[in-house]
Amino acid sequence: MESGLLLPDLDDVDAAPFWNGAARGELLVQACAACGRRRMPPRPMCPACRAVQSRWDTVSGRGTIWSFVVPHPPLLPTYQALAPYNVITVALDEDPRLRLVGNLVARPDGAINEVDPSTIRIGEPVRVVFQAVDDVFFPRWVRV
Amino acid sequence: MTTTIKDRTAIVGIGQTAFGKGLEDTELSLACQAIAMAIDDAGLAPSDVDGLVMFSMENGREVEVARNVGLGDVTYFGEVGYGGGAGCATVGHAAMAVAAGQCEVAVAWRARKRSAKASRPWANVNQRLSGATQWSRPFGLLRPVDEIAMLARRYMHEFGATRDHLANVALAFRAHANRNPNATMYAKRMTREDYMKARWISEPLCLFDNCLETDGALAVVIVLAERAKDLKQPPAYIHAFAQSIPRQHQVMTNYFCDDPLLGPSYACANLLWKRSDFTPRDVRVAQLYDAFSPLIPLSLEGYGFCQRGEGAAFTDDGALEWPHGRLPTNTAGGGMSEAYVHGFNLVLEGVRQMRGTSTSQVEGAECCLVTSGEGVPTSALLLRR
Repeated sequence: MESGLLLPDLDDVDAAPFWNGAARGELLVQACAACGRRRMPPRPMCPACRAVQSRWDTVSGRGTIWSFVVPHPPLLPTYQALAPYNVITVALDEDPRLRLVGNLVARPDGAINEVDPSTIRIGEPVRVVFQAVDDVFFPRWVRV
Repeated sequence: MTTTIKDRTAIVGIGQTAFGKGLEDTELSLACQAIAMAIDDAGLAPSDVDGLVMFSMENGREVEVARNVGLGDVTYFGEVGYGGGAGCATVGHAAMAVAAGQCEVAVAWRARKRSAKASRPWANVNQRLSGATQWSRPFGLLRPVDEIAMLARRYMHEFGATRDHLANVALAFRAHANRNPNATMYAKRMTREDYMKARWISEPLCLFDNCLETDGALAVVIVLAERAKDLKQPPAYIHAFAQSIPRQHQVMTNYFCDDPLLGPSYACANLLWKRSDFTPRDVRVAQLYDAFSPLIPLSLEGYGFCQRGEGAAFTDDGALEWPHGRLPTNTAGGGMSEAYVHGFNLVLEGVRQMRGTSTSQVEGAECCLVTSGEGVPTSALLLRR
């Protein structure tokens, strides 16, 4: 692939709706079609009620930084060229136990190494943006 | 009828190759050498061995080990998954098989060529990601250290832990390695200043928060307690054993459950202490899985040496250091300073503590806790004299 970044397999049946949603600019989380319990990462069965039917809920795309790291070399070549960059885990506003890993960017089309890591704080509010990477749209996050 | 395996089996033989980087021998060869040494150490013959338990990640297979080492007819064999979580479990499964009469002399081992590129699963870049890794790796959370650093940062934030606490861990284990001639870092001293000046690997973790990358192999031999009494070495009895996959756990990137800092050790500890005559207060020496320094405070809490959130402060005042600390830990140097063979070297150091042959021997220790990977489905052993 052009970007050299690691990419999800869009044929993964459990995950495909998430990536399809991202391509439309929507942040989706899986929810049980029977009891409504939301779960991420997606999986075939609801651990609360054992139903296998699921639906995908659109969420606000707002959350807070739960934790973050700043990787340094040695890394895979494409990532090493960007290092040091940030990786954040975001707790979603709808339910802070729903968390997604992503990157904090300075602007919607910004790179993952543009925000000064020393300024990042746990608890900072963020909102999702989507960036095209090869044939995938990655959710990334900007400060609110 | 006996319904538990408490004290019914013992580790009676240990063997290990040299530790190094870029050893010429294959993993299979290293495994066979360590196993042969362990059988010799026990005073048994290869033809006595009829049980084998190994890591799923092992490259050499059971049949290859059996026909290289010249084993007899093997009647029990099994594997345990999840990398560093498997060490104590391979010994525990062997103990259960021996106690249940499915075999009489069992061997558990780990061989690894960490310096071989193929041994780094995260370096496989050719495939599209499906399953759990697609939620983290595309964003640059690539290596085990990145995955644990995410939990470490959160831990430091929630409980006020600092880099000084992590340095306590690294320095204690290095000091123990400096007393162990077999340790990779035997001749390399480390100061707090060295730690603080080390380069970042994944902030908040620096080089010295990471385990070594080691080639080498280790093995143990397990038999019934009655038989152990007649063998060459003082037995290290397998007093208690437990495993755990905590609820809603995700391997390494365990960020998606209700309480990610409630690690696998809590669930493992519940069964371990329930099956044991000892309590954490009775434990005076421990071998705790240390692929990364922040796993130590998590394990200290999980196994009940302190309350939740107190694991970092526990490491103050030399608590982990031989001989005067309240809990000398990783007394051969551990994964961070002796060797990183997926934590299996911790099992052998536990045995040496029970035999009285450690280079940092804790006098009067009746039992030794040995743990496997924190952050993955895990296992633990309580050995006793």
